[in-house]
Amino acid sequence: MMTAQFLYGGAGMVLFVLGIWSFLVHEPLVRKLIALNIMGGGVFHVLIAIAYRGDDMAPDPVPQALVLTGIVVAVSATALALALGRRLDDLSPGDGPDFSPPAPQADLPLRPKEHAGGSADVS
Amino acid sequence: MSDNGLRSDTRDRDLRLLLGVLLATIGALLLWVFYTAVASDPGPRLAEIAHAKVPRSGVSNPVTSVLLNFRAYDTLMELAVLLAALLGIWSLGPAAAPFQQAGSALRGMVAWVVPLLILTGGYMLWIGGQAPGGAFQAGALLGAAGVILRLAGDASAGLPNEVQQRWLIIAGIAMFLLLGLALIPLGGGFLTFPPVMAKWLILLIETAATIAIGATLAAAYVGGRPR
Repeated sequence: MMTAQFLYGGAGMVLFVLGIWSFLVHEPLVRKLIALNIMGGGVFHVLIAIAYRGDDMAPDPVPQALVLTGIVVAVSATALALALGRRLDDLSPGDGPDFSPPAPQADLPLRPKEHAGGSADVS
Repeated sequence: MSDNGLRSDTRDRDLRLLLGVLLATIGALLLWVFYTAVASDPGPRLAEIAHAKVPRSGVSNPVTSVLLNFRAYDTLMELAVLLAALLGIWSLGPAAAPFQQAGSALRGMVAWVVPLLILTGGYMLWIGGQAPGGAFQAGALLGAAGVILRLAGDASAGLPNEVQQRWLIIAGIAMFLLLGLALIPLGGGFLTFPPVMAKWLILLIETAATIAIGATLAAAYVGGRPR
């Protein structure tokens, strides 16, 4: 079933290119992050397609192990990027609420507890 | 809209169009290369060597043999990447405020799902020796249990205090390094498992790695240094 292998890997390449496009075109950090993950997903697709060696042979375990490793690295890199993005948002509350829901008066939008004391002082 | 804004809008659209055309060309090129690679004879690959050595690796699942034995170095480095990512997250400041306590329906579901996830994680860890499964799948399930606990209002995602968390997140890499170094005097070299004890060494490393991956993923979801 070479067709299936080609379709699977080809879909991965389409995902990869769509990811690059989205990464370059969209400005918000969250969208760039999602685009990066889609690119990564495309690469994993290609690796899984490469592992296929025909119906009568077991698949190549080396690319499969690489994908397993890659998924965990992608997840942890995404978590770090999200944390960095949230910190950026905390530092510049005025522009682009890309990561947190808009909170008009709070200058630390994600920490309502710490902020409660401050706003009481003003009023 | 001002004339200037209009012009920058058209320029933006042109740029996107150009980018689309360029990327479509690159995509078509990649597909063509992939097609010729798939259609031609694959030639020698690592798969033959890997499959031939599986019986000596201590486990019968080829993917686990590659991950924990043939390319154990990769897996060690991957645990280091996880640790580095969590250290980065912790260095950005304290965790966000916890979510509000779950209502009774969600609490009841959590009380069922979290033990089931832990049980399934244990099963995944054990079955990884013979069938698809292993430390990463099991760790992901434990991490998911942490995410569910955090969503249901637990501030620390089910993890213990900070000092104990530190031990949990280095468990995987510490076990890997200790066993790897302990094997050097036995004659093999760093991370070269003797076939007789390979199974138990792999199980030991995978257990520690499962705990470390689960704890790291849950702590990453908390999103900051524990309060």
